[in-house]
Amino acid sequence: MVEQRRFGNLVPHLILCIGIAIVAFPVYLAFIASTHEPTIIANGQMPLTPGGHFLETYYRTIFVGTSGTTREPVSTMLFNSFVMASVIAVGKIAISLISAYAVVYFSFPFRKTAFWMIFITLMLPVEVRIYPTYKVVSDLGLLDTYAGLTIPLIASATATLLFRQFFMTIPDELVEASKIDGAGPIRFFFDTVLPLSRTTIASLFVILFIYGWNQYLWPLLITTRDDMQTIVIGIKKMIVTSDALTEWQIVMATAILAMVPPVLVVVLMQKLFVKGLVDSEK
Amino acid sequence: MDKRAIFGGRLLPYALLLPQVLVTLVFFYWPASQAVWQSFLLQDAFGLATDFVWFDNYVDLFSRADYYRTMATTLAFSTAVTVASLSIALLLAAMADRQLRGGTVYRTLLIWPYAVAPAIAGVLWIFMFQPSLGVLARGLRGIGVDWNPLLNGTHAMTMVVLAAAWKQISYNFLFFLAGLQAIPKSVIEAAAIDGARPFRRFWTIIFPLLSPTAFFLLVVNIVYAFFETLGVIDTMTSGGPGKATETLVYRVFSDGRLGADLGGSAAQSVVLMIIVIALTAVQFRYVERKVTY
Amino acid sequence: MASVTLKDVRKVYAGGVEAVKGVSLDIDDGAFCVLVGPSGCGKSTLLRMVAGLETISGGTVDIGGRVVNAIEPSERDIAMVFQNYALYPHMSVYENMAYGLKNRGTPKAEIEARVGEAARILAIEPFLKRRPRELSGGQRQRVAMGRAIVRKPQVFLFDEPLSNLDAKLRVQMRVEIKRLQRQLGVTSIYVTHDQVEAMTLSDKLVVMSGGQIEQVGTPTDVYRRPATRFVATFIGSPPMNILPGTVAGSGAVSIAGTPVGAADMAAGLRAGTPVEVGLRPEDLHVTEGPEGLPFTVDFVEELGATQLFHGRTGEAELVIQAPTGRIPADAGALRLAIDPAAVHLFDPATGRRVGREAVGMAA
Repeated sequence: MVEQRRFGNLVPHLILCIGIAIVAFPVYLAFIASTHEPTIIANGQMPLTPGGHFLETYYRTIFVGTSGTTREPVSTMLFNSFVMASVIAVGKIAISLISAYAVVYFSFPFRKTAFWMIFITLMLPVEVRIYPTYKVVSDLGLLDTYAGLTIPLIASATATLLFRQFFMTIPDELVEASKIDGAGPIRFFFDTVLPLSRTTIASLFVILFIYGWNQYLWPLLITTRDDMQTIVIGIKKMIVTSDALTEWQIVMATAILAMVPPVLVVVLMQKLFVKGLVDSEK
Repeated sequence: MDKRAIFGGRLLPYALLLPQVLVTLVFFYWPASQAVWQSFLLQDAFGLATDFVWFDNYVDLFSRADYYRTMATTLAFSTAVTVASLSIALLLAAMADRQLRGGTVYRTLLIWPYAVAPAIAGVLWIFMFQPSLGVLARGLRGIGVDWNPLLNGTHAMTMVVLAAAWKQISYNFLFFLAGLQAIPKSVIEAAAIDGARPFRRFWTIIFPLLSPTAFFLLVVNIVYAFFETLGVIDTMTSGGPGKATETLVYRVFSDGRLGADLGGSAAQSVVLMIIVIALTAVQFRYVERKVTY
Repeated sequence: MASVTLKDVRKVYAGGVEAVKGVSLDIDDGAFCVLVGPSGCGKSTLLRMVAGLETISGGTVDIGGRVVNAIEPSERDIAMVFQNYALYPHMSVYENMAYGLKNRGTPKAEIEARVGEAARILAIEPFLKRRPRELSGGQRQRVAMGRAIVRKPQVFLFDEPLSNLDAKLRVQMRVEIKRLQRQLGVTSIYVTHDQVEAMTLSDKLVVMSGGQIEQVGTPTDVYRRPATRFVATFIGSPPMNILPGTVAGSGAVSIAGTPVGAADMAAGLRAGTPVEVGLRPEDLHVTEGPEGLPFTVDFVEELGATQLFHGRTGEAELVIQAPTGRIPADAGALRLAIDPAAVHLFDPATGRRVGREAVGMAA
């Protein structure tokens, strides 16, 4: 900033620190809760410092599950979440890449139609067509399957538009040079387009992985079997309406476990994440 | 906008489009058209016969007082979430933009909640607001508030808004910060030379230059509050108490789950579709302007 | 090596725009042919049709005795150097040069030998492992050339290859391209809008305008005997002066009432016929006598070795070029002597050269 004031910078720092504290507090509290005994939590006397039951709680959460009911251990849920997020991210990227490639690099009847058909899906989020889509999946016998969890979410106008936009920036001369160098459409795709799209693919993967991991409504409808549920769904079922039965330390440990993979992805691949976020909003 | 250099090939482009088009047709167009079709049908009580009833389902929907109540709830919820998360994010971004050093550290510390699922955010906040054992609930009791979101609709709404806004701050912060950093330093320096103090400078120079970002975020936040907060609401209140936190999307979800009124549920979906189309149109008008600039 | 023959080649775009309106051209084996013209004249389109990057709407393109209209670019045995180099940004210099050979299934040892040789010729051996973005403009240009050379094609195609370089490098690379072409003896077609490049590089200069060929010839031919007013003003810097005049009788024209000898250029034209008189700035000399074209100097441009005098004769603007110091810088009114052999006459209606040597000039 322009002014050189001595204490001028203190206030912003202070505000930022308060902001970070507020943003981080719920997560901190969840972590604290996951290290205490359930009785301390239940009687409302939980201290704001970590307790000594970290290993015990997380061991039970990951490998055993909540007691009393026939819930799955969280490791199964984590695995399901991981499969779902990965398949959605990879699948979306793959089909968007090739469809954008077709739309940009070929001229064929119904090209515009195909493009608009994909484009309009932007306006049909799963929330507005919940039950008919559920019915399709159920008619296809895909309930409680990974295919049912992922394939309906794989078509994405956003990713296709993003790749289309990126392809438009690849100079025409590269295609022409490739043609003269004897590369056809498939070889050009693998030798030039794919390597050039690496950063775009990576940043999109980060965004889509988080998108897939955090899906709620869809897995809630599609999974009926406990061993098929994702962690985001599983946690909801751990909260029992009558408070006394809810094992909060396990719920909170599950929340932490549900956050760790996507948060790590965001923090560790911050550059790609920011790029992906900004690009996919264009 | 077309490429000059393209490939020949007759079947290849269709083959490349096939997976996307297939998924789109089966899981987007077919269900969406089913929703539209069903919204014109009425099923009898036993599900044995269906009649084509034109707009009866819509007339029925819009003649129900509780549908308007849901609309009002949605509006209140969306406005609160949008205003809260945008203003907090703008404040933090303005502060972070002032830092020559540490800017990226603050960014890292503030953006991670983006990665938290709405449903998980709901769980975190309900734990704090749980009447009997929540930290914040105890605090509120301490200052004399009879906190009970399980019975009090306003309490429940406050809680849901907080959780939903909390998750969205990071996204807004990121875009506000990027918008602020895109403002040329020379413009701000010129304003400083013209004698504008920092606060005045913010409202007369920076904020107007930031308005495209703000408008874009406004639309994104409304979309978020409308559609993506279902997980927050479902984990925290399930729309209750007494439908006090039931938004339009949540209503489609919960009405449809009962499976009683297929036509009515479909009509609700169609109304939502129209809202999405309107919001998308607004968003794209903005994008177009940004492209042509 | 091969000759290239174009027969009535046309390009009509989908919108109905005719970019190339029937071009016929013979390029001998080993020749360096430059297509020059203003932007939009169809020169690049023509080159791209030879390359196979544009479909040919009419006529035939023949490379080495084979009509290539329906043949893929990679099968035409050509190589192309692009304006922006079109290097593959994710491949090293070596991979860039080897890519075309690899796609053809050339044995690895052979690829290595050819790339090595090309790198040696172009002095880019130290950069083989680098990526294009780590190279300077001139180095990238060489890599683009190298990619063309390793293919040992029958024809080199150059699409404004020097226009992305700064002025100094452009002159240097121009010389190198010429030397390389001589050394390899490969038939080359080179497109540029820069008439200096066109003059210095070509054996065969093709001036184009509006989708058609205005003139074909050696650079000297085109410069000395421009076939049209367009060529006359396009080739040469500063451009040729064009003044309105009339035929004054056999062997003379008059410019604003001043008779000027035009040798036998004007022979055969009826007296009183309006003509456009073309005079190159360097062909106008100051004379001491009272005869000659009156010239009032407005201002002088210094070019170092020569000076440009901008001024008027009557109403018309005129530029003359003279070695520095020959004409006093403060000269006001002068008289210009004109060598009858240096006078060019054009038909005001068609822009075509008239009189002597006009026949058989235009293609």
